[in-house]
Amino acid sequence: MQQLSRRSALALGAAGAALSLIGISSTAQATPESAAADVAKFAGGKTPVAGKISIELPEIAENGNTVPLTISVDAPMTDDDYVTDVLVLADGNPNPGVATFHFTPLSGKAEASTRIRLAATQNIVVTAKTSKGAVYTASKLVKVTIGGCGG
Amino acid sequence: MADAPKIRVPKTAKKGEIVEIKTLMPHIMESGQRKDKDGKTIPRKIINKFVAEFNGKPLFSADMDPAIAANPYLQFSAKVNESGTFKFTWTDDDGTVTTSEQKIEVA
Repeated sequence: MQQLSRRSALALGAAGAALSLIGISSTAQATPESAAADVAKFAGGKTPVAGKISIELPEIAENGNTVPLTISVDAPMTDDDYVTDVLVLADGNPNPGVATFHFTPLSGKAEASTRIRLAATQNIVVTAKTSKGAVYTASKLVKVTIGGCGG
Repeated sequence: MADAPKIRVPKTAKKGEIVEIKTLMPHIMESGQRKDKDGKTIPRKIINKFVAEFNGKPLFSADMDPAIAANPYLQFSAKVNESGTFKFTWTDDDGTVTTSEQKIEVA
């Protein structure tokens, strides 16, 4: 490969940043708007209420390839009042979807942990539905030093 | 066959206790975003579904997207009122299904 001079490398980087800012990219890209559309679809016509959800994420993720994530929803988790589904979205990844968790009264707690990939600094948006039809949402910003989506 | 999943479940619990379950499935979780050295996109191949059951009843499940890191790790909980068996099932994009079981004694 041809060596890039420091100056042209910087110029390329700046051009790349500008391109991604105005959304011109060869691959489809998630945006806060597309994430919001997914939340609306998941909520099924209800307006999500802020709160009840806590999102644990490192403030700064050094390696976007594996970022620990814990979500928990404050709910009694009894047979008639429990969290049924939790949608996790990342609004700055190539695709917004991360995972959907399904809980039951047997779960005891509406809490789950996993490890996720993040392409860049972005918001994690978590939306939860309960058996009583309530919909809650929360989001948290995570700063990513090295993106984790290859390419 | 890929490596076997790693599971951590307590062997015993008190009735009504909420126990913590940790699972890890060795898997590349190829996102479908990466390109090989010839610039061709490497096709997506991930575990897209995980299901946990206790004594045949649904406990917890997860639909996973390519944004789940390689070797998908899931931690969740279960309220146990009786002794029994946890059954865990992972489904690959190619249809491969891996299952694993773990018993718990509830006193």
